[in-house]
Amino acid sequence: MASELNKLTIAEASSKLRAREITATQLTRDCLDRIAAAEPRLHAFITVCENEAFEQARAADARLAAGNAPAMCGIPLGIKDIYSTKGIRTTCASRILGTFVPPFDATVIERLRADGAIFVGKTNMDEFAMGSSTENSAFGPTMNPHDTARVAGGSSGGSAAAVAAHECLGALGTDTGGSIREPASFCGVVGIKPTYSRVSRYGVVAYASSLDQVGPFARSVRDAAIIIRAIAGKDVRDSTCSARPVPDYERALTGDVKGLRIGVPREYFVEGMQPEVEKSIRSALKNYESLGASTVEISLPHTGYAIAAYYLVATAEASANLARYDGIRFGLRVNAEDNIALYETTRAKGFGAEVKRRIMLGTFALSAGYYDAYYLKAQKVRTLIRNDFERAFEKCDLIVTPVAPTTAFKIGEKMNDPLTMYLSDIFTISVNLAGLPGMSIPCGHDSNNLPIGMQLIAPPFAEETILRAGDAFERTGAFKPRTAAV
Amino acid sequence: MYGPDMERAECYHLRATAMAQTKITLEQVRHVARLARLEWSSEQEERLRADMDEMLAYVDKLNELDTKDVAPTTQVGEAGMPMRDDEVTNRAAADAMLANAPSRERGYFKVPKIIE
Repeated sequence: MASELNKLTIAEASSKLRAREITATQLTRDCLDRIAAAEPRLHAFITVCENEAFEQARAADARLAAGNAPAMCGIPLGIKDIYSTKGIRTTCASRILGTFVPPFDATVIERLRADGAIFVGKTNMDEFAMGSSTENSAFGPTMNPHDTARVAGGSSGGSAAAVAAHECLGALGTDTGGSIREPASFCGVVGIKPTYSRVSRYGVVAYASSLDQVGPFARSVRDAAIIIRAIAGKDVRDSTCSARPVPDYERALTGDVKGLRIGVPREYFVEGMQPEVEKSIRSALKNYESLGASTVEISLPHTGYAIAAYYLVATAEASANLARYDGIRFGLRVNAEDNIALYETTRAKGFGAEVKRRIMLGTFALSAGYYDAYYLKAQKVRTLIRNDFERAFEKCDLIVTPVAPTTAFKIGEKMNDPLTMYLSDIFTISVNLAGLPGMSIPCGHDSNNLPIGMQLIAPPFAEETILRAGDAFERTGAFKPRTAAV
Repeated sequence: MYGPDMERAECYHLRATAMAQTKITLEQVRHVARLARLEWSSEQEERLRADMDEMLAYVDKLNELDTKDVAPTTQVGEAGMPMRDDEVTNRAAADAMLANAPSRERGYFKVPKIIE
């Protein structure tokens, strides 16, 4: 009979591991058993690393026995298949990297390894992180653990589903326009996009470099805080990475939000949104008021322009970042008579439809004669969106919004309509354009028992504010996330 | 289908105008495909043109905003470029680097003949 240690939070498991009540090997076995049972219905993983995980678990147990092990020692995690993992295939859910085995670790992987964390596998995602549903994976979609006819969200859908379904205790994702927060919302788990530059991206396959950020999924705010602390901080190999000291985020979890000023942007509560989503966020705001926080209506007037600005900035950067996939040094090669034909056929066969569409749009936006009208214009609008937030944060410490206008949609529902798919990110995209920290935390269910996520947004480097507020909401017990059906 | 309000968030309304005006021609699509080193079949080209057309019509809404005196945002990270000493910290590892090569010969990446 399974002991179900996989259902523990990271904080619980960490303390039981140190007290030697459980071993990392038992914990890892329970996660891998759960993976074996649930994967046929979920497909949250592209690669499961059973042998490597048990090897890491044995090393963690030795370290725990010696005492003084770090908080993440012995904790089984899922890793989005966008992180370079030395000796473990890293596909980015693309045919073009289908057999790529990196000769090095991403910085955050190196840090987690050094702490003794365990990697149970590489999770599914939209190809090159381009998508909002994990349907754009060359390996097939991930199903939502709350309803397998629905998407898990994306692009980090595998990580969100794996954590929701107890296949691992936490996971890493990346967030360029909402790719951590939206799947966290759809799967009913906590997901954080830290401030741009808070966490190193070295060794993370690049999509849109001025927007990409690394972050965790977990089943509690405390767990997410533990993971961020382990991965954040200066890295000489990522020149954008901030040298600011990394706070002990757990210390921010005081439960006290008295006097906290919460801004509620009127542009984020618009007619046409799924009514249960709005109701659930309004009710969470009431909870905050009863805890002594105040709410104030604010305006982010350029919200309606965020998706347009994003799809120019992100695709332009993507078109440059993805130029490296040329079939010469690594990845797929489709042979042809000359080099140009080799590039063209390799890229045509190696990339999926959405990736190619974005490369095309980005190439166009950067091309001679169109640069000023599209790319430069979008960068200027980006400034207006940043200014909106700066002004808003003069009136409040934290902004609360829905994560997405709806709960998880049906698999296939938006696949033939790229623009409608892009609109799922309407509430998350501005946060990336402004470089702010944002978190998704479960705050309710709709009538189909599908999770609803609340988004908390703070000024740059104020992760402690969103963690404190998120944790305070969890403590009220006003909402208890349902266990996933799968 | 749920979605943000058209009047206030102005997300959907350009959809209707998207069809009204051609933003990109098939000829331009072919030119961009050459720049991007992407091969498309002729059936794919028209669908692609229509998709790009719709997206370009949508992003046209940015022109509602006067940005004459607005500086562009290129980065949202902290200002300044960190400096470090220019020292070699990784060892030469040609074999590891070549391990993923689709084609290799004697320690080199192998490509089709470029110069006659």
